[in-house]
Amino acid sequence: MSAVLPPLAAAKAQGQGFWIRLWREKPLGVAGAIGLLLFLVCGVLADSISPYGFNEIAPIDRMQPPSWAHWFGTDNLGRDMLSRCLYGARLSVIIGCTAAVLATVISALIGIVSGYFGGKVDLAVQRFVDAWMSFPDLVVLIVVVSVLGPGMPQIIGTLGLLLGIGGSRIVRSAVVSVREHMYVHAAQSIGAGAPRILWRHVLPNVMAPIIVLLTTRVGTVILAESGLSFLGLGVPPPAPTWGGLLSGSGRTYMFQGPWLVVAPGLCLTLLVYATNVFGDALRDLLDPRMRGSR
Amino acid sequence: MGAYVARRLLALLPTLVLASIIVFVTVRLIPGDVIDLMLSQNDVSADRKSREQLITLLGLDLPIWQQYGRWVSGIVLHGDLGASLWQGTSVASMLLARLPVTFELGAIALVVGLVIALPIGVYSAMRQDTRGDYLARSFSILLLAVPSFWLGTMVVVFPSIWWGWSPPIEYAQFAESPATNLKQMLLPGAVLGAALSAITMRLTRTMMLEVLRQDYIRTAWAKGLSERLVIVRHALRNAMIPVVTLIGLQAPLLIGGAVIIEQIFVIPGMGLLLLDAVQQRDYPVITGVFLMVGVAVMLINLLVDLSYGLLDPKVRVKT
Repeated sequence: MSAVLPPLAAAKAQGQGFWIRLWREKPLGVAGAIGLLLFLVCGVLADSISPYGFNEIAPIDRMQPPSWAHWFGTDNLGRDMLSRCLYGARLSVIIGCTAAVLATVISALIGIVSGYFGGKVDLAVQRFVDAWMSFPDLVVLIVVVSVLGPGMPQIIGTLGLLLGIGGSRIVRSAVVSVREHMYVHAAQSIGAGAPRILWRHVLPNVMAPIIVLLTTRVGTVILAESGLSFLGLGVPPPAPTWGGLLSGSGRTYMFQGPWLVVAPGLCLTLLVYATNVFGDALRDLLDPRMRGSR
Repeated sequence: MGAYVARRLLALLPTLVLASIIVFVTVRLIPGDVIDLMLSQNDVSADRKSREQLITLLGLDLPIWQQYGRWVSGIVLHGDLGASLWQGTSVASMLLARLPVTFELGAIALVVGLVIALPIGVYSAMRQDTRGDYLARSFSILLLAVPSFWLGTMVVVFPSIWWGWSPPIEYAQFAESPATNLKQMLLPGAVLGAALSAITMRLTRTMMLEVLRQDYIRTAWAKGLSERLVIVRHALRNAMIPVVTLIGLQAPLLIGGAVIIEQIFVIPGMGLLLLDAVQQRDYPVITGVFLMVGVAVMLINLLVDLSYGLLDPKVRVKT
C-alpha cells in the first residue's frame, strides 16, 4: 500500500509519525526547526523583549562595545544593537515568509498548468522560464527596485514573482510524472474537468516538493532581501534590516566598532543556516527524489 | 561539431528574444512614466534636460511596439545600446570596458570555488559517514548560509583593525600591472568563490557517491588499480557532468554576487556600473547592463553544454 501512496500522503497516514521520524532520523533538522522558531518568536515579540527601542538614540552611550547593558554593543548614535537586531529579525521573518509563500504559490500555479497541459502551452511557458532564469535574481531586483523605488511591498512582490517563476521548474517536473498516473487517467475517463483534476488529484500529489520548495525559499528570500538592503535599495531606514545595518553609517563606523559588523551578519547566517538545515531534513523525508538537488 | 554549435545557437534565438522583451518590459513599462519619476526625484540627469528632450531621447513618444522595435534593431544592426543620459558616452563602449573586469572576478571565483569544492567533495564521498565527512558537510552548509557581503565586509574590516592592512583601492588593469591587479582581485574572488563552493561541494559528493557504486568502479578496483587512478580517471570524470552543469546554473549567482562584491571592494565592473546607473537613474545604462548580463548567462550555459563533449565520449558521438 505504501508503495502506491505518494510520500506526503504516506507521512500523513502515519499521523504523528512524521515528527517522530524527523526527530529520530534528522536531529539536525529538528535543531534547525527550533532555531527558526526562535527567530520567529524574537521577531513577533520584538516589542516586548527588546531592552531598548530600535531607534532610541542615546548620545552618552555612543559606540559602546558589547557589555551587560548592551549585549551587542551600541552604534554611532548610541542605539542598542541587540534591539536593532531583534527588530531586524521581525523584518526578515515577515519578508522571508510572505515572499516565500507568494513565490511558492506562483511556482505551483505555473508548474501545475505548464506540466499538466503540456504541448504548446508548456513549450511557450518553459521558453519564458528559460529566458527569465538567465537573469540573476539580484540584478532583476536592483533594476525593478530602481524603477519602483525601495519599500517593503515592492520587495516582497518582486522576490515572490522572481523566485516563483524560477521555482516552477521543480513543481512542473513533479506534475509531469503525476500526470501519467492511473488515478489521473481514471479521473479523466469519467469526465472530470481539468480544474477538478488539478485541484483534487494533481495538487495533493505534488504537495511534497511544494512544501520543500517553500522551506528552501525562505532562506533564499532572506539572503536576497538583506543583499538588497546592504546595497541601500531595500527597506529604507530607519527600519533596522540586517542588511541595512551592515551598510550606510554602520559601514562608516565599523572600523572603530567591529561589533557593528559581527552581530547582524551572525543573526543572518544563523537564521539562514537554520532554514537550510530544516529544509534539507524535510526534503530528505518528504521527497527523496530531490536529494542533492540544491 | 560545427553544425551542432550552429544548431544550438539557433535554438538560443527564441530565448534571446524573450529575454530582450523581459528587459524592455521591466525597465520601460513598470514605472508608468519614467520621465515623471526622473523629474520628481530631481535627478541630476533629468535636471539638465527638459521633459520633451528626455521623452524624445528615450523614444517614449512612440507606441510601445515601435519603441521595442527601434531598440532591438539598434542593437542587432548597429550594436547600439543607446547612450548614457548622464555622461553621453555609448552604453556599448561602457559595457565593453567593464565586462572583462567582472569576468576576471568571476573566473577567479570559479577557480577558487572548484579548488575548495572538488577535493573536499571527493574526500567526503570516499570516506562517507566518517567524522571527516560530517565535518566537510557541516562546513559546506555553513558556507551556504554565510552571506557573501558579510564575509566580504569582515575581510575588509578585521585585517584593517588587527594588522592595519586593507585591500588596495585604486584599480589597476591586468594588462598594465598584473601583480597589482591580482592583489586587488584575489581576495574578492575568493570571497565570491567561497559561496560558490558550498553547492558544488555538495553536488560533487552526491555524484561521487553514485558513481562509486557503479560496476565499472568495482571492475577498476578488481583490476588492482591504485586509488588515485580509480578516483581521478574512472570516478571523478563521470561525476563531473552534473557538476559542470551546476557551474553553468550558478553563472547568474556569480554575476549577482559580483554586484555586491564589486561594491564592497570598489572594483569597476558591471555590478558597480549598474549600481551607479541605478543611483543616477540612467535608464539606457540600466537596460544595457540588464540585457548584457542575461546574454552572458545564456552564452555561459551554451559553453557548458558544449563542454559535455569533452567530458563524456557518449555525447561526443551523438553530436
